[in-house]
Amino acid sequence: METKKLNLKLNIWRQKNTNSVGSFVEYSVQVSPDASFLEMLDELNNSLELKNEEAVHFESDCREGICGTCGLVINGRPHGPLAKIATCQLHMRNFKDGETIWVEPFRAKAFPVIKDLMVDRSGFDKILQAGGYVSFNTGGAPDGNAIPISKEISSLAMDAAACIGCGACVAACKNASAMLFVSAKVSQYALLPQGQPERYRRVERMVTVMDELGFGSCTNTYACEAECPKGISVTNIARMNRDFVMAKVMSKEIEV
Amino acid sequence: MIKLDSKIPAGHISEKWTNHKFNMKLVNPANKRKFDIIVVGTGLAGASAAASLGELGYKVKAFTFHDSARRAHSISAQGGINAAKNYQNDGDSVYRLFYDTVKGGDFRAREANVHRLAEVSGNIIDQCVAQGVPFAREYGGLLDNRSFGGAQVSRTFYARGQTGQQLLLGAVSALNRQIDLGNVKLYTRREMLDVVIVDGFAKGIVCRNLLTGEFETYSAHAVVLATGGYSNVFFLSTNAMNCNVTAIWRAHKRGALFANPCFTQIHPTCLPLHGESQSKLTLMSESLRNDGRVWVSKKKGDIRNPNDIPEEERDYYLERKYPSFGNLAPRDISSRAAKEACDEGRGVKGGDAVYLDFSDAIKRLGQKVIEERYGNLFEMYENITGENPYKVPMMIYPAPHYTMGGLWVDYNLMSTIPGLFVLGEANFSDHGANRLGASALMQGLADGYFVIPYTMGDYLASYKPTAVKTDHPEFAKVTNEVKDLTNKLLSIKGKRTVDDIHKQLGRIMWNKVGMGRNEKGLKEAINEIRELKSEFWKHVTIPGSGNDVNQTLERAGRLVDYFELGELMALDALNRNESCGGHFREEYQYEDGEAKRNDEEYSYVAAWEFAGESKWNLHKEPLVFEYVKPAIRSYK
Repeated sequence: METKKLNLKLNIWRQKNTNSVGSFVEYSVQVSPDASFLEMLDELNNSLELKNEEAVHFESDCREGICGTCGLVINGRPHGPLAKIATCQLHMRNFKDGETIWVEPFRAKAFPVIKDLMVDRSGFDKILQAGGYVSFNTGGAPDGNAIPISKEISSLAMDAAACIGCGACVAACKNASAMLFVSAKVSQYALLPQGQPERYRRVERMVTVMDELGFGSCTNTYACEAECPKGISVTNIARMNRDFVMAKVMSKEIEV
Repeated sequence: MIKLDSKIPAGHISEKWTNHKFNMKLVNPANKRKFDIIVVGTGLAGASAAASLGELGYKVKAFTFHDSARRAHSISAQGGINAAKNYQNDGDSVYRLFYDTVKGGDFRAREANVHRLAEVSGNIIDQCVAQGVPFAREYGGLLDNRSFGGAQVSRTFYARGQTGQQLLLGAVSALNRQIDLGNVKLYTRREMLDVVIVDGFAKGIVCRNLLTGEFETYSAHAVVLATGGYSNVFFLSTNAMNCNVTAIWRAHKRGALFANPCFTQIHPTCLPLHGESQSKLTLMSESLRNDGRVWVSKKKGDIRNPNDIPEEERDYYLERKYPSFGNLAPRDISSRAAKEACDEGRGVKGGDAVYLDFSDAIKRLGQKVIEERYGNLFEMYENITGENPYKVPMMIYPAPHYTMGGLWVDYNLMSTIPGLFVLGEANFSDHGANRLGASALMQGLADGYFVIPYTMGDYLASYKPTAVKTDHPEFAKVTNEVKDLTNKLLSIKGKRTVDDIHKQLGRIMWNKVGMGRNEKGLKEAINEIRELKSEFWKHVTIPGSGNDVNQTLERAGRLVDYFELGELMALDALNRNESCGGHFREEYQYEDGEAKRNDEEYSYVAAWEFAGESKWNLHKEPLVFEYVKPAIRSYK
């Protein structure tokens, strides 16, 4: 099935490295509406390489919306105009012939640009490495069915655990807050019986590191939820805030 | 002279692992911290290994080329993980999982390894639950199961259509905890480009720092590779864009034997090709075959829309040919049947696609139930194709998905280079010629959580490897070789792009070393690959420098290894004059088109030793089947 190709103008952010100044560069492309957004960039890169020009650097891996590697701001929106998908799942049939598209990296103080559209999101891992786990050594686990967990609770935990760590929530937030990301992991464990022993210690440590890394605070605009490719709910943030307050109260009690 | 010793322990199959665990030597807790271990790759096998070894007290350095351990391609696994829990009371057991896997692998796997895999399968589920993996549950609060291909019991545990994601995040959380505790140091954005061998023992690796372009060396008492499979040799596959063979291929060139390279799995339920610019193929989970019915028109070149083709003119070919397994026939068989139907001209509108139809299931269970089971997959399908699968049957076609072949390892998961261990998809060990659905996650985690923590201790205690520092001249020598290769690539400045050449390689591989192979085609493939390789070294262009981030250079380095691997795959397929599992030689089939094995001559693991450019020596590890007697593999 031959479909008519789209003619598009792309304004893409080019930046040599973290310390250099970047700017938009305009490119004209012709692309099949069945191609994905990233396949369009692949084609553009192929044509640049043929001219011995450096490819536009962007990151992607699974191209199925699950690894969380890709992430572009397209026409001002993280992961582009559609809801609940990652950049790699965006297809060109959602654009009109003749359209101009602006492509930028995720922007946040805690996500410095590495090159072109690549950013450094290692702050997320630093937060998870500050208690974002259940302390349980390999071996000696009780039978998987030893503790029944209601379908509703496990389903809520799964909703939170579905986060792909892409960073769109941070890019969407005017304060560059990471609360949605952090609260999703906090909630997953706070909901499950396995997460209870470290519940308050965990939230306290993770929030502390989040603040240290320069992520902003939450002012309840819900932009994060709107742009999240997995539809992670802001109720997780409320749950995290409750647990954080509890953690503070409890640590006082223990001190006394 | 290499002598393959599989080191399979003596005794009854059900006692081998238990006895072996007792007979293996131990490293006392105070001494463990004196040993450095390198783990390359942070997928299910790598992350679970690094975490478990860290928990034991070893000093672990873990490496990934991603920006985060969580990005490893295990994250994309959809359907589930098998375990012989028998929670459903439907007749499952360790022995049945063992039996199904050996049979599913078309009698080309090692019995002892497979039995161990089945034995530890239940522990994996327990471990993951304890970590807080939110598996699907029933209303009573117990774990839910679904069925997968090649089995008549429900033993697959799942977390929606994102099981790989949840298991990987579980393993990575265990890894993060060890990083937090200081037992593991994680190096991100490092691509391993070679292994360093000193006096015959693996002692370290050379990496390229993908941000700075610098070559870095790391030393250790042992090296573990858990770097995944090589389906991207086909260019188009279900693998993630960055999956590659480089780590294990460079180890192969340093002396590790490569086993059964031609055993590749072509997954039956992927989205068909849409056009020239396509960068990868998308998998639709096999779990869809629990409720979806696969069919084509009975007529050739039928251009009607699917909903206009009446029931009596449809051929539900899997149900017709394999009534007892039906739509849940194993992957190799289902893929071949789809190709057959399309080759006959009965594919969707005469093309390369078949229907996967949910209308009966929707009638029987209601749309809501189907939505609950497969909602995210249906959304993904609609988003990619622009069609609503609740109303119009899905279109699917087979695509390269998994590679059963990999570096040869003994029962302890050690390669032919002492001190170099290989886990997960990167080794060859457990799936024979065809992997059953939901078994890759099981194997990755079995290797990492429950095998390597024991066998690593045995290696360290019995071989007592000495410490070597990175100032040893061998590190400088290997680094220079890797540097030279990089500089050579950058200096060509030709007229063809890396992707353009890779696509051409992919077409050769798919057409001649893909789902159907024959002697003539394989010989042609070998010549065409060699020609393309020389074309690459003359005409490729790689803009940019080696001193900062250069994604084109990264892809070029991986393609260099695919040429050599592709040639070996064709050679291996040519050598194996039989059809088995995913390896289908057109010359060797029964009248009804089923694969014809030749147990007399080919009941062995083909382990290839690198002997210079385009030269390999074949070593054979005979396969002995004491428990599951090889028979014609019937799913009828």
